[in-house]
Amino acid sequence: MLNRREFALRSLLLGGATLLPRALHAQGAPTVFLSTQLRPLEEAQKVREVILKGYTGKVDFVVDEPSAFAVRVEAEMKSGKRSSSLLGALHGELQPLQAIGALAPLDDLAAKLSGRGIPPALMNLGKLGTASQFYIPWMQATYFMAASKQALPMLPAGAKLDSLTYAQLAQWAANVQEKTGKRLLGFPAGPKGLMHRFFEGFLVPAYTGGVVTTFRSPAAVTAWTEFAAMWKHVNPNSTNYNFMQEPLLTGDVWIAFDHVARLLDALRQKPDEFVTFPAPAGPKGRAYMPVVAGLAIAKDAPDAAGAAAVIDYLTRPEVQVTTATSVGFFPVVKAELPANLDPGIKLAAAAIQATQSAPDALPSLLPIGLGAKGGEFDKVFLDTFQLIVLRGNAPAAVLDKQAEAMQRIFTETGAPCWSPDPPSTGACKVI
Amino acid sequence: MADDAPTARQGGWLPYLLLAPSLIFLGALFFVPLVETLAIAFTNGQGWGMGNFARMVGDLNFSDALLNTFSIVLVVVPLQLALALGMAMMLRHLHRGRDIVLWIWSIPLGISDLAAGLVWLAILNDQGYLNSLLFRLGLIAGPQAWLTYETPTALFAAIVFAEIWRATAIVLVIVVAGVQLLPREYGEAADVFGASPWRRFIRITLPLLKPSIQTALILRTVLAFEMFALVISLGGRNFPVLVSEAYQWQYGNQDTGVAAAYAVVVMLISLAATLLYLRLLRTPREQQT
Repeated sequence: MLNRREFALRSLLLGGATLLPRALHAQGAPTVFLSTQLRPLEEAQKVREVILKGYTGKVDFVVDEPSAFAVRVEAEMKSGKRSSSLLGALHGELQPLQAIGALAPLDDLAAKLSGRGIPPALMNLGKLGTASQFYIPWMQATYFMAASKQALPMLPAGAKLDSLTYAQLAQWAANVQEKTGKRLLGFPAGPKGLMHRFFEGFLVPAYTGGVVTTFRSPAAVTAWTEFAAMWKHVNPNSTNYNFMQEPLLTGDVWIAFDHVARLLDALRQKPDEFVTFPAPAGPKGRAYMPVVAGLAIAKDAPDAAGAAAVIDYLTRPEVQVTTATSVGFFPVVKAELPANLDPGIKLAAAAIQATQSAPDALPSLLPIGLGAKGGEFDKVFLDTFQLIVLRGNAPAAVLDKQAEAMQRIFTETGAPCWSPDPPSTGACKVI
Repeated sequence: MADDAPTARQGGWLPYLLLAPSLIFLGALFFVPLVETLAIAFTNGQGWGMGNFARMVGDLNFSDALLNTFSIVLVVVPLQLALALGMAMMLRHLHRGRDIVLWIWSIPLGISDLAAGLVWLAILNDQGYLNSLLFRLGLIAGPQAWLTYETPTALFAAIVFAEIWRATAIVLVIVVAGVQLLPREYGEAADVFGASPWRRFIRITLPLLKPSIQTALILRTVLAFEMFALVISLGGRNFPVLVSEAYQWQYGNQDTGVAAAYAVVVMLISLAATLLYLRLLRTPREQQT
C-alpha cells in the first residue's frame, strides 16, 4: 500500500517536473535534459541541486521511463516539435534511437573531450557500431564481488583476488566450507535479485566468449556443469537473496556477487570488514557486464550548443566524482578520487576500476533491441539455472531445449547480436 | 388498479436507482477487467488462440505451482475448519471472559497477509527468533535453514503454520456467529435421550451449522487459492503457487498473456470449488428453519 502511494506521489511530482520545463522553454531559457537514468526522486533532486549546481547555464533535468523515453524522442523527431536537446540513457536505450536517425553525430565534441581520459573501449561503445560518435559516455556501474576479510586466509594457494578464476572461486568456497562448516558463498538468486545478469554478462561469456550464439556450445555445457559443482558450496538461502549487502552484513554470506548499488550499503557501513574485486575469469576471459549510460544530442535539437556545454560539464573529472558520491554511478573519465571520499565508495570504485582495466577484461553488454522480450530473455537463463543447478538435470539436454526458447525471442524481435557475440546481419542466431 | 399504478412504478424503479451506483461500480471495476483478462488470456499474437495456456502448461514451474497450491488448500482449509469448530465449541462453555477470548483469537484478522509473512520470516529465517531459541536451548549448534529449496518439508510446514495462524480467525468468526443462532432445544432434547457430547456435536450441532460452514469454506477456500504475499515472503521462488507465478509472468517475464492465463485458471478453480461446496453442503428446503 505504501509502495503504491509512494508511486502515485512520485508520478505526481515527476509529472509536474515534466510539465514545468515545457512552460519554461516557451520563454526560450533552459536546455532540456531528458534522461532514463537517475529517475528516483532523490536522485533526480541530486542531479538538479548538487551535480548541475556548478553549471553556469540553465538546465531542466527531466526523467522518463525507458519505454516512454523512446516514444517521446521518436515523437518529437517525427512531429518536428522538439523540446529535448540532451538525452541521457543506457547504451542499449540509445542504440535504437540511432537506428531511427534521432541522434546527432558528436565527432567534434568527442575530439574536444579526448583529453578527459575516457578509456577507448568505453568511448568506442558510443559509436554504436558505426563510424561516428553518437554518444559520450556519462557514467557507469557494473557488478563485482565483495568478500569478508575473514574469508581471505582460506583463498587457494596462488590465487589473487584481482585475477581470480572460476575454478579458484569454487576452491575458495570449498575451503571456507571445510573450515567453517558453513556454505558462505552467495548469489542474488531471489525473486527480485539480479542473478540473470550473472549468467548473461559473466559466467556464460567467460566460458564461451559469447552469450546468444554460443548458448548451447560445448563450452556452455562446461560452464553450467562447473557452476553446478560450485553451487554445492553456495548458501542455500541464495534463492531468497535479492540484495547481497544484507547477508554480507549479517555474516550469512562471506563471498558475494552483485550489482554495485546492491553491495554499496555493506561497503559503506563496514568498509573495514570487506574487500572488493572483479568477478572471476573463465577460459575466454574476465567477462563482465558494463552498465554504461551515455549522453547524446537529439538531431536538430533546439539547443544543441547548450547540450554540448552540459556534456562538457558533466564529463569534467570533479563533476564525475560528485556524481559518484551523490548517486553511486562511477566515473567514465580519469578522475582522481579525493582522499576524504567515503571509504565504501572507494572500495566500489576500486573494484569497478580493476574490472575494467583487467588485462583479460571481456565486456558483455546488456541486451539490446529486445524491447518487451527482455524479460523472456532473462527467463531463459533463470530457467536453465533452475533446471541444471537446482534440479540437477543434464546440462546438454537443458541447453538444447532452452536454445529453442532463446531462438524464438530473436526470431520474433529480429534483434541482431551484441558484443561479445560477433555482429550479425539480421536476427542473432543460436549456433 | 389504475390508482395503484404510479406507486408500483415508483417502487419499480427506485430500488434499481439506489442499487445503480454499486452495480456500475462493480461492473466497471470487476466485470470489465474480468472480460479484459479473458480477452488477453485467449489472445495469441494477432488472433485468438490457446498459445498463452500452452506456454503456461509447458513452463517448468506450472506443475509445481498447481501441486503446491492444491496441497496448501487441502491441508490448510480442513485444519482451519476443525480448529475453528473446536474453538467455537469451547467458547460456548465459557461463562466469563468469553468476549476477551474471542477478541484475542480474532487479532490476526486485522493483519495483512504480507505483514503476517514478514512476521513469520522474522521468526523462521536463519538469524530468526526460532533459531535463537533453539540455539539457547542447546538444540542446534548454528543457524538452521528452514526456508530453502533444500528443506521443502520445513518450508511447506512453515507456510501451513503461518497460514493457519493468520486465517483461522475468519472461519472462527463465521462459525461462532452460526453457533449463536443455534436453538438450544435440540441439544436439550438430545440430553434427555442420553446422547453423548460427541454424538450431540455430530448429529445436531454440525448439521445445524451447515449454512455457516458452507459460507466459511467458500470464503476460506477461494482466498487460499489466491494466496500470494505470505508464500512470496516465506518461500520466494522456492515455493511457486499459481498466483505467484501469475505475478512472476506479469512483472518478471513481462508477459501479460501468460499472467492472464494463470488468472483465468485461478478463477476457474475458485469457481469450481464454490460450486462444489454449494452442492455438497446444500440444505434441503424442508430442513431450512
